Amino acid sequence: MSTPGNTAPLLELKGITKRFPGVLALSNVSFSVGQAEVVALIGENGAGKSTLMKTLGGVHQPDEGEIFFEGQKVTIAKVADAIALGIGFVHQELNVLDNLDVAANIFMGREPLVGGPLRLVNQRKMWADSEAYLKRLGLVISPRRILNELSIAQQQMVEIAKALSQNARVIIMDEPTSSLTLSETDRLLATIKDLRASGVSVIYISHRLGEIEQIADRAVALRDGRNAGELPRDRIKHENMVALMVGRKLEDLFVKGKGPQERGYFQVEGMRTPYRPHHRVGFEVAKGEILGFAGLVGAGRSELAQAIFGVEPPLEGTVRLGGQELKIRNAREAIDAGIYLVPEDRRHTGLITSMTIRENITMPGLRRYSPGMLISRAREEEVSNRQVASLRVKTPSIETRAMNLSGGNQQKVVLGKWLSLEPKVIIFDEPTRGIDVGAKAEIYRLMRELADRGVAIMMISSDMEEVLGVSDRVAVMHEGDITGFLPRERFSEKAIMSLATGRKAP
Amino acid sequence: MKKELGITVLLVVLCAIVAVLNPRFLGASNLTNMARLIGMYGIFSIGMGLVIITSGIDLSVGSVFAIQGVILVIMLREWNWPSPLVVLAIIIFVMLLGVMHGWFIAYIRMQPFIVTLCGLLFYRGLARFIANDETKGFGSTGFELLRHLATGSVGPVPMPFVLLIIIGVISYILLHHSVFGRYLYAVGRNEDAARYSGINSRMIILSTYVVEMLLVAIGGILIAFYTNSISPANHGATYELYAIAAAVLGGCSLRGGEGSIIGIIIGTALLQVLQNLVNLLGIPSSLNFAVMGAVIFLGVLVDQISGQRRQKKQVLARAPTPTTPAAPTTPSQAPK
Repeated sequence: MSTPGNTAPLLELKGITKRFPGVLALSNVSFSVGQAEVVALIGENGAGKSTLMKTLGGVHQPDEGEIFFEGQKVTIAKVADAIALGIGFVHQELNVLDNLDVAANIFMGREPLVGGPLRLVNQRKMWADSEAYLKRLGLVISPRRILNELSIAQQQMVEIAKALSQNARVIIMDEPTSSLTLSETDRLLATIKDLRASGVSVIYISHRLGEIEQIADRAVALRDGRNAGELPRDRIKHENMVALMVGRKLEDLFVKGKGPQERGYFQVEGMRTPYRPHHRVGFEVAKGEILGFAGLVGAGRSELAQAIFGVEPPLEGTVRLGGQELKIRNAREAIDAGIYLVPEDRRHTGLITSMTIRENITMPGLRRYSPGMLISRAREEEVSNRQVASLRVKTPSIETRAMNLSGGNQQKVVLGKWLSLEPKVIIFDEPTRGIDVGAKAEIYRLMRELADRGVAIMMISSDMEEVLGVSDRVAVMHEGDITGFLPRERFSEKAIMSLATGRKAP
Repeated sequence: MKKELGITVLLVVLCAIVAVLNPRFLGASNLTNMARLIGMYGIFSIGMGLVIITSGIDLSVGSVFAIQGVILVIMLREWNWPSPLVVLAIIIFVMLLGVMHGWFIAYIRMQPFIVTLCGLLFYRGLARFIANDETKGFGSTGFELLRHLATGSVGPVPMPFVLLIIIGVISYILLHHSVFGRYLYAVGRNEDAARYSGINSRMIILSTYVVEMLLVAIGGILIAFYTNSISPANHGATYELYAIAAAVLGGCSLRGGEGSIIGIIIGTALLQVLQNLVNLLGIPSSLNFAVMGAVIFLGVLVDQISGQRRQKKQVLARAPTPTTPAAPTTPSQAPK
């Protein structure tokens, strides 16, 4: 094999074990990166990728195991140690100060000084040096631009420039493309190749296996906090990666159902959202059908969901349910009509995490459990206990605060809010984001059960496997329009991607 | 409940210390006088607490006291309106101010601090202008019923304290057992999630400012008759700060979504005991504010530190998202 990593790894982790109370996050994990090598770190959510990288970044200390840098044993006790060794981090959620300019971000904490007792910052030098780093990344923006004027992709480049300015020899990128457009992603991948050519190594964490096929020299998979194998350059293929990550066939996760029962049950016509005022969207979902919504980030899927649910009321458009036209101006009216949303962001819009499971579940239907406006605790407990039992939420009691539950159980509580009422239409927005495989399978099963009971389901998902596995039919969106519908027999990743990028179906 | 317990202990300990150092603390006249003040302050502090639970604040309370006091005197003394009508008019007027504040805050999305800071300046200025900057009094006789509410007693219990208990019970039911109360906490803690559950968060916020102003109006009438005269330049000045302090001491968080009626009432009582302590222990009265500031600061500091400890424990107890159940770990997550 020609991977440089085989001869003298630049960075090597050996037998790393990390325990958190009650959880073994990493168990005897080994990992290495060679000079000028791009290593992809893959694995399901919760597999331990972030924890492993945090031991490299100085955030966590491993309980067991050793770290070697250029063959020397090192201890990375704090973030500054990592920086001193030349390990740079580009975080998933950007760590920038968006009220300051580019140069200030790059040199944060290491500002060149003019000298003298006042510790005045040498602005000129900062701008000039920043410009050099930006140029190296092929970025033509002024170092005096304020960060919040830049796109997410540009802000990310600033983070990479910052890492370079710290003489980083290894740059860890955690899901760097999750909020980039397709062309921005291409540019980032090109930048990574340039970095490699100039001798910098990159650890690339991504769920987007296509990107990994393009750039990685080696892919290392983690599963349940253990090494699950690795793939050399010539074996980095989608199927191989999935097999390593999941350890079982994905098809096992998905359940077949009865399928559509009553066509035209839920209809949306000519809907214009404030987010995309010049585009009209129309579709229908049958009773018992799961209509998947695929598309790239920013295609307007979540905004469509929010418009239908009334939290961001549409500018125009009609919604019919069972032939009856509905007026939905706010979430209350949607809920009263039986249309519910399981939102993308559980922690901020799905739940009030500081409240208990009981309080969350009864929130939308509280009036029903409150004869004479006073809440009946007994009714509340009855309703929540029923949901917790039927959804199999793992919790000591219904009085546990939602913040103390795992992602999968939180999602079940969100679902419990709606199942305690009478759902007719449920919109799931990224229903399994950040949820481990076991809980995922349960959510899929629940969605299918609901559909079989006659609920019309819309499922927005950026997870291709999920879209193809769960949906009865897929609607693909591109920049605010639905570019096509695919029936099951025409399901393919290729067909979806070409519609998602605005091309016609092949 | 933990917060209320802590502050109750503090209250009892303080009372005990003062009682030991100066037995006059437990004298009938001292106790009734204190109860009267706790009653008056408690009523509007509850209002402030509700607003703080929505993650809002109201800095205008003291100035509202001034303007409503001035109008109260004018209506009763100069226009000779009948007392019940005056009370009704004052309550409606002050509640309309609440509608206005609430509307700017909930619907126009202005910051509560700014809206009510402008209220603080505006109402004070208006009160002074209307009254020609002259002190207006109710005189020594007349308006017996209203006077009785502020200065009278039921048996040994001063009337304002009785009113506080009645209002406290009603607000307790409203906040802790009604749909409105639950929604209030929800909106205060996470307005987006509340909206996504079908709660009309704007209406909840607006209503809270109106309820608060109802309590301010009632408290304001009592205070006006207690002082018996209104000097528009300083009547009620800084009272909003007492209310904020009482609410915060009582466990309301300025981040919203936290607090209880019992806590607010105990917070109010604690502040009054502190005032009393300064008087009874011969501490120079110029130090009054310093003592209060120090005690409130310590109270909140202790609460903050213990809160952080609790949180750390919780974070440790749940660690990162547990991996699949296949992992050979014990299910017990009890912190050591």
